[in-house]
Amino acid sequence: MVRLEGQNAIELRNITKRFGSVVANDRICLSLKRGQILSLLGENGSGKTTLMNMLAGIYLPDEGEILADGKPITIRSPKDAFDHKIGMIHQHYKLVEVFTATQNIILGLKAKGGLNLAEANRKVQEICDRYGFEIDLKKKVYDMSVSEKQTVEIVKVLYRGADILILDEPTAVLTPQETDKLFAVMRNMKADGKALVIITHKLNEVMAISDEVAVLRKGKYIGTVKTAETSPQALTDMMVGHAVTLNIDRPQADELKKRLKIGNLTVKDKEGVKKLDDVSFEAFGGEILGVAGVAGSGQKELLEAIAGLQKLEHGSSILYIAPDGREQELYNLTPLDIIKKGILLSFVPEDRFGMGLVGGMNITDNIRLRTYRDGKLMLSDFAESKALAEKIVTDLEVVTPDINRTPLRRLSGGNVQKVLVGREISFNPTILMTAYAVRGLDINTSYAIYNLLTAQKMRGAAVIYVGEDLDVLLELCDRILVLCGGKVSGVVDAKNATKEEIGLLMTTVGGGKEATNEA
Amino acid sequence: MKHEANTPLIRLAKRDAMSGGAIWAIRVGSIVLSLLIGCLVILITGNNPFKAYGVMIQGSLGGKVYLQQTIKIAIPLLGCALAIAPCFKMRFWNIGAEGQITAGALGATLIARLLDGKLPSLPLLLLMCLAAIVAGGIWGLIPAFFKAKWNSNETLFTLMMNYIIIGVVGWLQNGPWEARQGRMAQFSKDATLPKVLGIHCGWIIVLVLVLLMFFYMRYTKQGFEIAVIGDSKNTASYAGMKVGYVMMRTMFLSGAICGITGFIILSGANGTLASNIANGVGFTAITVAWLSQLNPFAMIVISMMLAILTKGADTLQTQMNVPASLSNIIIGLLLFCMLGCEFFINFKMIFRSRKTEKEVDAK
Repeated sequence: MVRLEGQNAIELRNITKRFGSVVANDRICLSLKRGQILSLLGENGSGKTTLMNMLAGIYLPDEGEILADGKPITIRSPKDAFDHKIGMIHQHYKLVEVFTATQNIILGLKAKGGLNLAEANRKVQEICDRYGFEIDLKKKVYDMSVSEKQTVEIVKVLYRGADILILDEPTAVLTPQETDKLFAVMRNMKADGKALVIITHKLNEVMAISDEVAVLRKGKYIGTVKTAETSPQALTDMMVGHAVTLNIDRPQADELKKRLKIGNLTVKDKEGVKKLDDVSFEAFGGEILGVAGVAGSGQKELLEAIAGLQKLEHGSSILYIAPDGREQELYNLTPLDIIKKGILLSFVPEDRFGMGLVGGMNITDNIRLRTYRDGKLMLSDFAESKALAEKIVTDLEVVTPDINRTPLRRLSGGNVQKVLVGREISFNPTILMTAYAVRGLDINTSYAIYNLLTAQKMRGAAVIYVGEDLDVLLELCDRILVLCGGKVSGVVDAKNATKEEIGLLMTTVGGGKEATNEA
Repeated sequence: MKHEANTPLIRLAKRDAMSGGAIWAIRVGSIVLSLLIGCLVILITGNNPFKAYGVMIQGSLGGKVYLQQTIKIAIPLLGCALAIAPCFKMRFWNIGAEGQITAGALGATLIARLLDGKLPSLPLLLLMCLAAIVAGGIWGLIPAFFKAKWNSNETLFTLMMNYIIIGVVGWLQNGPWEARQGRMAQFSKDATLPKVLGIHCGWIIVLVLVLLMFFYMRYTKQGFEIAVIGDSKNTASYAGMKVGYVMMRTMFLSGAICGITGFIILSGANGTLASNIANGVGFTAITVAWLSQLNPFAMIVISMMLAILTKGADTLQTQMNVPASLSNIIIGLLLFCMLGCEFFINFKMIFRSRKTEKEVDAK
């Protein structure tokens, strides 16, 4: 069959996918063309991976149809996907550690007349040569770097004859040099007539590699634009969307008191990749310090590092200045140490059930996470948590069938978040850190949360607000710290800054140090 | 190209909340179902199922002596299930109860060999029990230490620890401590648990443990920490809990209670140490713990239920000439149905409806 470049390889029509009451994909239409690289752009939780997983046979769409070469198909399993020549390279690699590259690549394929490793090696080598992959096929996976493992995954998919390749955030774990190499082979594959999709939220990469960009926001399809005809700013606007005109009160505190002095904070992940690179800043009681950045720029690690949940590299410093002026170095303290030192540090983490709350427990038990140590002798605290739970439910209008019975997992996202925020502000913190505090919440609940944070600021707490909505950051915060690739690319005054300014800082890799760092 | 159906025949979806009544209806239904399938099995062996079930009930509950024997089977099951409960609550898969029981019995035997005849009965028994607690506790602590320190796999580790201690006791039994023909000497009366209401007083000990464990899990700080770690280790760290330390503490406690159970079997029932002292209790207790959803009071019921089945099948064997392995089959069926029914509590099945299929075909 002759396959023309630019012809639709796959077409998605009105694809909808729900998880319980959450609509992860809402009537999405998309087409993948041969000889073209399409970027699928969107914030975390916008439904990119869910959509592509339906092509890879991991999920089944609830509604809508998928067309391959113009004919409707059903993809029920990853095997179906391969039969339709669709291959997906997931974020988490699925390789057998003790096998070599070739063994992993041919794994699970039925060869005629038994296994001929030499023949397989030759075929794999052929693919590598054609597209320019550099890899030692006899190397065992446990000896490989992340980038080599990724190469094996891509070759594996090609070996199975995929014409349509989906790469889920392939550059998240790569160094800039490795990214360049990956892009080179992607261009080779494109020249060979393959249809490629790259899922990403890094705008500079979108601009560098893709021909077209499709943007999703909150599970909805926003549109597709030609890369050549757009700009990072325009894409940011599409990605973040123009929020309803906001009007958040921003009263000024009487005085600012230095509360935190972060110096040279560096955190590495398990792979040794720097998630935070030499981050230094100060936070003051009586102000809300916003933290902006594309997802995965180190926001999570920053807050967890301050909360004592990350291993810090040598030379990092987190200096806490108590309201009475005493100073306390938090470097390498555990959360328990921080509690025992009497530091009133509150933290609303990004993943509510993964950290911060216990989904299987009721509201009172979740409040008890903070109070259980106050009980007498061996006994867990009961009276305090019960009273506090009732107060939070009343004050924040939490809707729950039964405060002492219903597990938190059964409540709606907004109510869950109210319980978490309510608990964290209940003990009058001197530092309050929140990560994506309003993600998934409706506008009213969001405003309730903003008001709570502002009230804490006026009470004298140093509030650190990690957010994704630039409009909100600009309205709510006093100063905004912008992270880019784990580095501070700038600190701006929220009253004077513009969205464009911040957007630019968000995408300027490594640079931007010259930006104003006063305040 | 052949047009394929749009959805598979059966899809699974997670259920929202289910009412308490419906949940219990499913659970009771599963027990009934297992007994019905059990009927079929009994029929295959050429017996009347109703008569067989009747014999089983009669042989396990129908008389004072029978009942006492049944309770004697239930005591170590209950004790050991109580020991496993906190580990499982923490999602720490301790399948080394067998070894921890043996370690506890070994510790108690050591004291008995050293001090029997030199001390009055009560202090001797208390010292034996204490030694069992320490020995069982340490045997449980070792895998927890490695898990906390190097994140080793606790399932394999606890399992392997069983064979080590059983081997050690086997060597003692046939070597240094051998009395005659591969057996150790029986304890004196001083080192034997006294009887209360015709059964060794182990039943009082385990019932006290039921109360203590219920209280521990529900009302103490440590119990709360265990529950939180079981749900999310990250949340536990976030709340300032030392996950590794709690793991070690809980496994010491679990091993210690297994040790007490070992002491009860040793001093109450057997009166001597042998390498097969645990006799599978450590594994059956996992069943008891799961079936009772880790609720200590439910464990009383479930351990009695399994004891009735075991004792009943023994009677069945002698009276109706049915193989004793029949009881294992029925216990297996019971387990399968009761654990399997949890699936239907958590998930619902969506069948492809004919209507949607037609709609698709019409397109």
